[in-house]
Amino acid sequence: MVNEALFWIVAIITVTGSLSLLFARKGAHIAMSIVTVMCGLAAAYVGLGAPFLGVVQIVVYTGAVMMLFLFVLMLVGVDQRESLKETIKGQRWIALAGAGGIALLLISVIGRVTLYSPDEFTDGNPEEIALVLFSDYVLVIEVLAALLITAAVGALILTHVPRLVPKHSQVELAEARILAGADPVNKPMPGVYARHNALDVPALDPEGKPIEDSVSRVLEIRHQTQEGAEFRHQLADADNPDHDAQPSDAPPRDSHDRNPRQGKGESR
Amino acid sequence: MQSLIWLAIALPLASAAVLLLAGRRADAWGHWVGVAASGAAFLVGFFALIEMLGKPAEERALDTTLYTFIPGSDLQVDVGLLADPLSITFVLLITFVGTLIHVYSVAYMEHDKDRRRFFAYLNLFVAAMLLLVLADSYLLLFVGWEGVGLASYLLIGFWNHKPEYATAANKAFVVNRIGDIGLIIAMGIMFTTFGALDFATVGQLAGNASTTTLTAIGLALLLAACGKSAQFPLQSWLGDAMAGPTPVSALIHAATMVTAGVYLIVRSAPIFNGAPDAQVVVAIVGAITLTLGALIGMAKDDIKKALAASTMSQIGYMMLAAGLGPIGYAFAIFHLVTHGFFKAGMFLGAGSVMHAMNDQVDMRRFGALKGAMVVTWVTFGLGWLAILGVPPFSGFWSKDKIIESAFVGEGWQPWVFGLTALIGAGLTAFYMSRLFFMTFHGKARWTDEVHPHESPALMTVPMIILAVGSAFLGLFLAVGDRFSHFLEPVTGHVEHHEPVLPVPVIMAATLILVAAGAVFAWLKYGRAEVAEEAPAGSLATITARNDFFQDSVNRAVFQRPGQHVTRTLVYADAAIVDGAVNKQARGWASIGEASRKVQNGQVRSYAATMLVGLVIVVAVIVVGGL
Amino acid sequence: MNPMNYVILAAILFSIGSAAVLLRRNAIVAFMGVELMLNAANLALVAFSRIHGELNGQIMAFFVMVVAAAEVVVGLAIIIAVFRARQSISLDEPAELKG
Repeated sequence: MVNEALFWIVAIITVTGSLSLLFARKGAHIAMSIVTVMCGLAAAYVGLGAPFLGVVQIVVYTGAVMMLFLFVLMLVGVDQRESLKETIKGQRWIALAGAGGIALLLISVIGRVTLYSPDEFTDGNPEEIALVLFSDYVLVIEVLAALLITAAVGALILTHVPRLVPKHSQVELAEARILAGADPVNKPMPGVYARHNALDVPALDPEGKPIEDSVSRVLEIRHQTQEGAEFRHQLADADNPDHDAQPSDAPPRDSHDRNPRQGKGESR
Repeated sequence: MQSLIWLAIALPLASAAVLLLAGRRADAWGHWVGVAASGAAFLVGFFALIEMLGKPAEERALDTTLYTFIPGSDLQVDVGLLADPLSITFVLLITFVGTLIHVYSVAYMEHDKDRRRFFAYLNLFVAAMLLLVLADSYLLLFVGWEGVGLASYLLIGFWNHKPEYATAANKAFVVNRIGDIGLIIAMGIMFTTFGALDFATVGQLAGNASTTTLTAIGLALLLAACGKSAQFPLQSWLGDAMAGPTPVSALIHAATMVTAGVYLIVRSAPIFNGAPDAQVVVAIVGAITLTLGALIGMAKDDIKKALAASTMSQIGYMMLAAGLGPIGYAFAIFHLVTHGFFKAGMFLGAGSVMHAMNDQVDMRRFGALKGAMVVTWVTFGLGWLAILGVPPFSGFWSKDKIIESAFVGEGWQPWVFGLTALIGAGLTAFYMSRLFFMTFHGKARWTDEVHPHESPALMTVPMIILAVGSAFLGLFLAVGDRFSHFLEPVTGHVEHHEPVLPVPVIMAATLILVAAGAVFAWLKYGRAEVAEEAPAGSLATITARNDFFQDSVNRAVFQRPGQHVTRTLVYADAAIVDGAVNKQARGWASIGEASRKVQNGQVRSYAATMLVGLVIVVAVIVVGGL
Repeated sequence: MNPMNYVILAAILFSIGSAAVLLRRNAIVAFMGVELMLNAANLALVAFSRIHGELNGQIMAFFVMVVAAAEVVVGLAIIIAVFRARQSISLDEPAELKG
């Protein structure tokens, strides 16, 4: 007989895991839930006397198929959240009625039949499976091999993007950039001449003026830079020793109202 | 040679094919090929005649089957050629006159850049016409019948760059189609009645058929004959057909093709002999046309149209004779032969005059041409004397016999037909003399730029030969009733009938009327001044000048109602037939429009449909399996 | 305990999978629903194999796995291709079939 405890564990794991399909919002969460379901099913297979299939289930489904799903989720954007609001009129009710209906029908049929099940049962160990597979079903195996190869080639073709323009080498790219009028010299690093060795602070030229180009353009667009102006008075302090130098780690007062707060808000 | 008579058809046909296919390459020599083909056909016919004359009268007909044309189970038609005295007569007429006209055309069409094409069409016509007269069944005759119709159409519209000429060609073609319907109907009735279409079987079985059937066939054949021979009421196309080059008018629209109707009637003698009513109708049609043609001829100033009216009238004579039954058949053909000569001669003469007068056709601008064109004058004069019926010229022998035969019979018929023919002779004399005097006598009324001159020998020689024929052929064939006896195997032997008036009286009356007509014409158009512009004329003149308003009548009686019927049918088609179909289609379209909404394009809806379907199927299985 | 309970579990998982296919707009999630339906069928097959005491059911489940693997490869490739073309994997967006 099959182990009853195992059955209930498997049933709870698989049903709760699969309910995530209906209620979870993030693709990655769903995928991980399904991985759990697959593992539960593998346990069920072992419990039903099919250890070979249980192993194959783990290797193929949790190891390959679900990982492939995760890869694709990453490719199309793992951050996508899906709204569960239904857009097609009546679809939710039709779907629930259909699914419930099929479940009811199947269970009513299953509950009505009684099948003789033998107590002694030969486990589906790999030797016996192999014996059947490669004797009775050898032709099917061959056909499936062809199907797998075809599927692989088909996937390659479907995802292949033909190259429209010839590939450029790095040398060509560099030359094109120079021809377009770019500065051949590296831009100055940010903050290296300042007292803050930070990315969001522009470098200062020998006259003490900030060099705008030294800060990454991205930071500028996000308003996460600190202007070089606040360091002027530090320079002025250096020129006039009678003023006390402010602590270097304290942010200048005039920069408080804009940059750091905004930057914090944006970058979480 | 009689069994090789198919050569007479094949040679011109091959020549026509060569001329049409060779294209411009044949421009230099093509016309001589045409002349040679026509001449060769004449020789074939001539030797066939000699062979035929060597046999006893009963064995002269020879039917050669070339191959099976339509191998049906019920309808089997062979392509067979029947060379008997009647068809040989036609073969010789067609090829002889045809060859002369070919020769004439070489000179007449010299300056036309399409002369080769012209000769190809002429050859095509000769071949088709020979097929028509040599066929041994109505179906094969119909092939030739359509062939000459095609050739006629092509040649009337030969200068089709002028719209009115192309219109004339179309008109001839369309009117001929009406006649063709008659022939097709006649063939249909024949097939259902006799089960065959060849002359021999039809002739044999005609005696057994009912008079009603024979009358129906006869009237249908008469319709065909009317279309082809320009008889009332289908005469309207012949005047316009003069748009074609003059040799065409001479060959097709005077000597040969237009007489095909007479041939058809005579060839169908067994049918008409059994249908006296149809015969009377034929005679009435002939009488009406001969009067109508004569009246139109009196009013026309266009030399070719006057001659065309005369042709119509003379064919009316032939139809009248053919309608008289066996006593008239031989004379109808006799007049046909002599008419073929003198009318072709006169048309060629008219062509010669036009050649000299820069293609003018208005007789009121001719006059006094006898000095400038002596040969034309003499040859035309001989034709004129022949058509008048002056003894001893050809017309006298043939036409006088027709008038005589018209007086034979009982009741009202001899008086009506006889007197019509008699008066027609007087009218003919008047209008032909008018034409002759206006053209060749009186004062010169030429337009300034013309300088009349005699035509070249290639044109005058055919005219001379035809004039000789016009003068003496009648006498030659009439002596001892040679021609009638020659045709007897076909037309049947006829006992001599006495006319209702004594023959000398009829002859004298005819000659007096002819003389009166000619003298009257001389007084009016020979001695007196002829106005250069046509006078307004009386109502009768205007009527005749406009061909008795036949076009207007046709338009009012046939074209307008036809158009109305067409319009009504088109409307009914659009409203009822199309309406029903469109309504139905609109219904289906709206069903489609409604069911379209089911396809909302949402993948998940489709999946839901599948799942619901699955639930239903499983439910049916589960509930059904309980 | 009767192995038929596993068949009932398979029916429940199957209906959950089908509901996921119908309700989720994200193509990948819907696809996972399809996978769950396939696995439910597999579970039923293995359970039947156990009930009948022979290996054919397991063999069938094995074949289903192979075919499912092939299907996943092609299906995901299609999703990638669609994503490239439309920058979206929503099942509601391609509505070209709308009549």
